[in-house]
Amino acid sequence: MNVPTLFGLCGAVLVGLGLYGLVVSPQPLRKILAFNLVGSGVFLLFGVVARRGAALGMGGDPVPQALVITGIVVAFSATALAVALVLRLHDMTGAATLAPADADEPPVA
Amino acid sequence: MNALPAMLPETTTAGGFLLVLTLILPFVGVLAALTLGGRHARRVAMLAIPLGLVLSLAIVVEAVQTERTLVYLLGGWAPPLGIVLRADGLSAVMLLTTAVILLAVALFAHADFDTPPGTREARRPFMFWTLLLAMWGSLNAVFLAGDLFTLYVALELLGFAGVPLVCLDERAETLQAALRYLLFALLGSVLYMLGAVLLYGAYGTLDIALLAGLVRPEPAAFAAAALMTVGLLAKTALFPLHLWLPPAHAGAPAAASAVLSALAVKGSFFLVIRLWLDVMPGIITPAAGQLLAAFGAAAILVGNVVALRQKRLKMLIAYSTVAQIGYLFLMFPLAAGLSAMQLPNDPAVTGGLLQAVSHATAKAAMFMGAGLIYATLGHDRIADLAGVGRQLPMTLLAFALGGSALVGLPPAGGFLAKWLLLSAALTTGQWWWVVVMVVGGLLTSAYVFIVVMRALVTVDAGNTPKMVVPRHREAVVLALASLSFLLGLAALLPVDIVQIGRPQPFAAGLP
Amino acid sequence: MNLALLFDGMLVVLILAVAVWTVTVRDSFAAGIGYAVYGLLLALAWVRLAAVDAALTEAAIGGGLTSVLMIRATVRLRAGEAAARAATPGPLPRLLAALLGGSVAAGLALVVLALPDPAPTLAPQVAEHIATTGLGNAVTAVLLSFRAIDTLLEAVVLIYALIAVWTLTPDRFWGGRPGPKYETDPNGMLAYLARLLPPIGIVVAVYVLWVGADLPGGKFQAGTLLAAMWLLAIMAGLTEAPPISRRWLRGVLVAGTVVFLAIGFAGVPLAGAFLAYPEGFAKPLIVAIEAASMLSIAFTLALLVLGPPERRDQA
Repeated sequence: MNVPTLFGLCGAVLVGLGLYGLVVSPQPLRKILAFNLVGSGVFLLFGVVARRGAALGMGGDPVPQALVITGIVVAFSATALAVALVLRLHDMTGAATLAPADADEPPVA
Repeated sequence: MNALPAMLPETTTAGGFLLVLTLILPFVGVLAALTLGGRHARRVAMLAIPLGLVLSLAIVVEAVQTERTLVYLLGGWAPPLGIVLRADGLSAVMLLTTAVILLAVALFAHADFDTPPGTREARRPFMFWTLLLAMWGSLNAVFLAGDLFTLYVALELLGFAGVPLVCLDERAETLQAALRYLLFALLGSVLYMLGAVLLYGAYGTLDIALLAGLVRPEPAAFAAAALMTVGLLAKTALFPLHLWLPPAHAGAPAAASAVLSALAVKGSFFLVIRLWLDVMPGIITPAAGQLLAAFGAAAILVGNVVALRQKRLKMLIAYSTVAQIGYLFLMFPLAAGLSAMQLPNDPAVTGGLLQAVSHATAKAAMFMGAGLIYATLGHDRIADLAGVGRQLPMTLLAFALGGSALVGLPPAGGFLAKWLLLSAALTTGQWWWVVVMVVGGLLTSAYVFIVVMRALVTVDAGNTPKMVVPRHREAVVLALASLSFLLGLAALLPVDIVQIGRPQPFAAGLP
Repeated sequence: MNLALLFDGMLVVLILAVAVWTVTVRDSFAAGIGYAVYGLLLALAWVRLAAVDAALTEAAIGGGLTSVLMIRATVRLRAGEAAARAATPGPLPRLLAALLGGSVAAGLALVVLALPDPAPTLAPQVAEHIATTGLGNAVTAVLLSFRAIDTLLEAVVLIYALIAVWTLTPDRFWGGRPGPKYETDPNGMLAYLARLLPPIGIVVAVYVLWVGADLPGGKFQAGTLLAAMWLLAIMAGLTEAPPISRRWLRGVLVAGTVVFLAIGFAGVPLAGAFLAYPEGFAKPLIVAIEAASMLSIAFTLALLVLGPPERRDQA
């Protein structure tokens, strides 16, 4: 067992844990948190891939390291949009779950 | 281990700069709309979209003339270090389809999304035009990028443009539909990215063309294929991951529904084609192709049956999208079957893409037609459509033409698409897909027929229109539906554009 | 068993424990706090993986901004908590979800263990070409030269997200100011911090940006720091978020991308390709892009945290 493999296994568990949370959490906000866990697990795996590619005095392959930074920023943007949607929905209905609005005939325009 | 296949480094081809312009133009439009604000957003869109249509036509012409993929090395760096833009026949066709549909939608929406006089900036029109440009930019990025991570960013862009279009009219149901759409989209893209990470870990590149030469049947590649496929299916709304789609597409304003149903789901579908046919043709097993098409068949049957039971026109059209997405996935086992018989897989691939284009044009026209019906009647209850035939004759004709294209009557694009798929199914002895296509076609014709018959009933009294729709808006819808109906004539073209730049698996022989 | 591996093992256990707590704890506010701790622990993991740029980003965005966003939201959603918890699925769906999560984790673990050795890497290629950029930080070279299009599209992602968030504005507040009006005791601790920290934060941000060319750091880390300072001042009531209809604000938001595009297109005649830099000018041009982007990023991130306008522009 070496350091990258250890963190690689950690990333794998985080992805699984996040998926579990995504399914079982009734509150959208907790689903969003769980999505962030999945995302961070994926990034950690990418970091492990980078570390394994260390060469020529570089501590890791800089390409995946750079992509992780992009990924973190994209994940944050997604989180911000999702949270804004949840809050707006809450303001409008007081609902805090994603239970299907029992709209037999939704008004459409 | 890191030995990349010995192939000539790619270089920028003639016409490659067109790809850069096509990619960047919509983004410049978004930035300009945001900065100038207010009623300028519509002006920017009306200026940029025709320009984009010219650019995509130029790409098609260039690809047809040179009969090869257009390539541009960004920053002059070749993969694996750099990123290339590529436009093969598939990309060129999708770029052109997108530009045509967006132009039709823009002409249609021009009156609906006008900033009220005396207001400097109003949310709904300002956001609609900005988001229309945003959607366009993300689709172009999906069609052009040659790198799996760049495609991940493009997929996220597509979601961020699509979600707000769903809840442009702020009601609790549309906000909820938008949130569910966003959660599916986010799950889809994170699974997609996980697959890309595993591929980089195994092969050290994210470039599609390089990966195609490196991927071998081993755990990392199988896991990546599974994760990326599931992620993309969630975004494409293939049964059983389709539940987010109908409320999202039906609740949006008509012009937005048209864009979402016609184009947004095609972006992720396009990546499934790239993945299965270009990145991993070597490791996809026949069973996997059958499984994917089985979900497609279930989508066709369930989507059509549920569509038949809808009381509202927009919900019917949305469920019809669920079914039509199913048809798209029939191409995979057929392409695999043809390849296994050492035959070119052209009929399956061309048929599948033509189905996508045909559905895009027909469905955009049908959603916009439903919007006009709603505006005229003040509702879209199918039971009360009587009189529409007299009030909106062109719209009803458009609906019928679009419906015929979905059913697959000649000379519609849907006819040619299904013809190609059927012949591929018969050639490879996969008769069960023939049954699915025939049953699906019958169900589709049933609901198209019901709607048209209801609308043709004349009423003597009452039923005064809420609003008189200008004829030119009807004309736009009819033009797009006619295009869809005549698309089958593409068979008469001297070249099969879709096949430009496609690898010929058995002509060149395996390395 | 060496000491470093022991430390890493403990770090992994801690990360997983906090992650489990974040998913399973009943109270959403506590989960938000848990996520902040998780982000900081993860930043440590990034340091251990020799990815200091990623560690800075994770700490600033994952541990910082995301947590602020989540904690603010849980406070506003408190009222509905009990009702939402009642909708928790029963044991059978939970078991199925656990099976799903467990099998994905197990599958991924197998793939991790089967990754090729020696690992494929682009590090040699980066090392070969980095000299042409004049940069010392390989990650910055990847982000702004070799894969510049990703970074350009990422700037577009931020703008798309902000547009999407603004779409959620109630029509009557369109053009107004995001977030509530914060009123804080001018002599309180928060106001004190909000006066003390921003000057330091700005200096540090400019430093992080400047060294980003050669050392870990860059526009995202610097922009996040600036955003945090601005948010602190707003939440302490020292300043107000600007109305979103302001022209200058729109200009600042797009400035970074516009500069990036302008320099990118200048590369066509001057360096032979879109997003290529003329020889010898790569480093100053990259620093120019980073400086312009830092401001745009800072404003966009802060406005993403604040959310859609919630009150009219009373200026």
